[in-house]
Amino acid sequence: MTTTAEEDRKTLDCNFPRVLSVLDDCMAHARAKLSPAGVAAYLEGARVIGKSGRGEEPILEFLEEMPLVAVQLGEDVIADVVEFTRMLARSPNSRAMAPFLQSLLTAARALESSELFREYLVLVAQTMQRTTPKVHGIDSMYDSPCLVDFLNSVPSLFGQVSLNGLRNWVDYGVKSYAHDPDNQREYFKLLSADSRAVLQRERHGALLIDNERKLDLYLRGLWASVLNFVPYSLAYDELRKPMPYLDNLGVHLPDVYDALPNGVSGVDRYRALLAHIVAHKRWSTPLIADNFSPFQRMAIEVFEDTRVEYLAMQEYPGLRNLWCALHPVPKEGTCPEGWSSLRHRLYTLSRALLDPHHGYTNPAILKYVQRFHEVMQAGATTTESMVTLGIQFIVETRAPNDSGAKIYFEDTEVDYRDDNRQMWRFIEEGDEEVYENQPTRPQQVEEKENESLPPRLYQEWDYSNEHYRPDWVSLYEHMHPKGDAGYIDKLLAKHNMLAKRLKKIIDMLKPQNKVRIRYQEEGSELDLDIAIRSLIDLKSGSQPDTRINMSHRHDGRSVAVSLLLDLSASLGDVPEGHTQTKLELSQEAVSLLSWAIEKMGDPFAIGGFNSDTRHAVRYQHFKGYKEHWGDEVKARLAAMEAEYSTRMGAAMRHAGHYLAHQEAEKKLLLILTDGEPADIDVHDPRLLIEDAKIAVRELDQKGIYTFCINLDPKADEYVSDIFGKQYAVIDNIARLPERLPQLFMSLVK
Amino acid sequence: MSNTFDIKQYHIKQQPFYQPQSNEVELYEAAYAARLPVMLKGPTGCGKSRFVEYMAWKLGKPLITVACNEDMTASDLVGRYLLDANGTRWVDGPLTLAARHGAICYLDEVVEARQDTTVVIHPLTDHRRTLPLDKKGELVEAHADFQLVISYNPGYQSLMKDLKQSTKQRFAGMEFDYASAETETAIISKETGVSSELAAQLVRIAGTARNLKGHGLDEGISTRLLVYAATLIKQGITPRDASRMALVRPITDDADIRDTLDHAIDAVFA
Repeated sequence: MTTTAEEDRKTLDCNFPRVLSVLDDCMAHARAKLSPAGVAAYLEGARVIGKSGRGEEPILEFLEEMPLVAVQLGEDVIADVVEFTRMLARSPNSRAMAPFLQSLLTAARALESSELFREYLVLVAQTMQRTTPKVHGIDSMYDSPCLVDFLNSVPSLFGQVSLNGLRNWVDYGVKSYAHDPDNQREYFKLLSADSRAVLQRERHGALLIDNERKLDLYLRGLWASVLNFVPYSLAYDELRKPMPYLDNLGVHLPDVYDALPNGVSGVDRYRALLAHIVAHKRWSTPLIADNFSPFQRMAIEVFEDTRVEYLAMQEYPGLRNLWCALHPVPKEGTCPEGWSSLRHRLYTLSRALLDPHHGYTNPAILKYVQRFHEVMQAGATTTESMVTLGIQFIVETRAPNDSGAKIYFEDTEVDYRDDNRQMWRFIEEGDEEVYENQPTRPQQVEEKENESLPPRLYQEWDYSNEHYRPDWVSLYEHMHPKGDAGYIDKLLAKHNMLAKRLKKIIDMLKPQNKVRIRYQEEGSELDLDIAIRSLIDLKSGSQPDTRINMSHRHDGRSVAVSLLLDLSASLGDVPEGHTQTKLELSQEAVSLLSWAIEKMGDPFAIGGFNSDTRHAVRYQHFKGYKEHWGDEVKARLAAMEAEYSTRMGAAMRHAGHYLAHQEAEKKLLLILTDGEPADIDVHDPRLLIEDAKIAVRELDQKGIYTFCINLDPKADEYVSDIFGKQYAVIDNIARLPERLPQLFMSLVK
Repeated sequence: MSNTFDIKQYHIKQQPFYQPQSNEVELYEAAYAARLPVMLKGPTGCGKSRFVEYMAWKLGKPLITVACNEDMTASDLVGRYLLDANGTRWVDGPLTLAARHGAICYLDEVVEARQDTTVVIHPLTDHRRTLPLDKKGELVEAHADFQLVISYNPGYQSLMKDLKQSTKQRFAGMEFDYASAETETAIISKETGVSSELAAQLVRIAGTARNLKGHGLDEGISTRLLVYAATLIKQGITPRDASRMALVRPITDDADIRDTLDHAIDAVFA
């Protein structure tokens, strides 16, 4: 043993046999890569970690990973890592030391700068602090349930998201499952659906969902073709990467493509794939697969892929650049002895057929390139004409190792080509999976009585993380069941006097504003300004404008109104000192309002909502914009019932969705509620309030004016947070039937 | 005024280039022989105005063109009294001029004019062939050579802009569309002198945009724009830049469509 090695051992002062067995190699490696100061810091770091008394695992990881990390990011990071590891060792989370050290190399490679790397350390520290159980604000003796899982997931995460994306993903997991450690672990192990959905949102690269329209336009514009897209994810199936393919459902393609280092953007990769698939669709005809051996089929597929690409390039020559940039370049003669070079040969051929400047010298390849071009230039080719070429190529280039198990895969995967399943028809039942024969499912008998639309999914604003939770709320719209329309008529009769008063106001509100129309050749009055200008023109010898009159027209009203009723259980309460429930009072008020609006002739819809967790927000249809205030609507209103909770945001977005499609200059959404937004699956009282506030802002951007009428005397605490100044609180609830129509009229005056 | 008016200035002096797409020349000649009013329909920039010019040249008649707009009044068509130092004097409008002197009157994009304006052409377009000038108290008998031609683009049709049935049913209609790829290639290379290969590539790009009509584009790329692009290329601009400038940027502000068409340009010009 050399003296340096002995000194190293002395400095390290550690007796784990496994550590000692690798120490010399590690030090030699470090000395080759690092400066003397770096080596000293490295050895000292290993000593400190060894002395922390947490076993051999952390020190082994440190010895193995640290030199590579230091080479990547500079030697300064060694001290940071050691400091951080010591901090872990002193916390209840010492179990996380080894996974932490393991994650460093991937992080270093992905982040490529020491500043970002330090931010990563901060992120780990924050994750630890926020997930470690606390008692009265002080760390308890229990470790964080999910830190180890998180650190184990880091390597695969860095492949997909940036540091910022990672931070958002962690943030979501920490906050959403703060009181649910089991699900939090699932989240950080990337096993739960939420976890994947959030990760997907943070992914880098071109997401299919963002580019769907572009690709639709691409197909339609360049290929006059329409195909359905069925995305699959590449993120989770590590063993068997799915390939794109075309079947009856449409094109199956990855949900995201990263840009390539050679400058091909993600969208262009999608386009390359679609161009290839459309070319198959246009020019390929199926062959009987049973007639060929698997090798022959492979060769025929390569020729056929190239043939359809050749034809497509006749139409769009620029595709050659794109495909050449994506097609791998197999190097001649790289396939080692004893391996099957079949794939390598075929894809060398494929490259040579695609790229005129291939520079290959293999005579067989050159011969077949020439033969292929001869066939193509003769014109009128079919899939059949590729069969001969394919079979002969296989026969002519056959090598002894072709059927061997060791297949050389390097540079032979063309990721913009599909798996060609449309090219083959199998007659005899083989081992291959048959896609046409789906097991027939028993026909489900549709439940006729429950007539509702399929759920609409709405996002919800999470104020603490400042982002939308995608597709969070499922909203089901139903037609409200009917009751006795006569009941509403009785209510209206009861408010006979009030109705008469309202009628007067309505008559005054009817459109009467005059709008002046200028520049009229013939009109009701002389427009002096223009007349004088014309006279001046005339005097100065230029052509006068003869349109010197003006006239007037009546300005029509153009207001569409949607009334949204809160039907949560609290509506069933009888307020103190009253004899009627809030629901009954609402019924009276809504009836009067509907009657009034019908008289004014504005398009008007009524919907009701309540919710039973985010999975079941119910939206009840009472009246549509085109429906008249008749017995049907009255019957539905008469059967109004109060149950469940108040998830306001989703209902507002839904009502806004319909209202936005109305053709009216002014759009008004009235919300009648008796309390703050709340639901039984939400523990944070601010969450739904903030969501409703964002919903109001979204509606505002769509040109919809939102106004809330609140029956909760204590509403001032939250209602202005949501609606700004656009609300009214009705303290004396008995006056609601009178106040509601008045409020409406003052709003639209 | 009308005595000194020189109709000769409205004659087409040089033969305009027009490539017939099918039998439209014979159809028009037959309509003119019977002096039937003609309506030309078709997307913008497909050659309607060029066709009228060509026919006027071929028949040797003067052509008076009016570009219609929504501020146009009936007096802008028939004429009006103007004030001058000696009192007032009457000035014929383009329609009256054409009727008096036997010209072909071409109302371009007639739907742009308000409906009450278009009604003044009614008496000229049926068996009466007269134009009453009520302000002047004159009934102009149309000259034997007079013919009225209108054009409009059904693609723009909105709720507000359409011809009345009573107007529509006074005309014989001719439908125009973008020429077939070969014809259009020939037109572009003849008009600008670019090689027919380049012209064919431009036509291919236009084809992609025409496929997108109704999916974010109101109109496809017109033959006129293709001619612009070819002219730019003739000036020494690269085909890609010329196509972006002349074909894509004018027709859309939609980023997705712009991106798709830019990609089509890259795909066509390898």
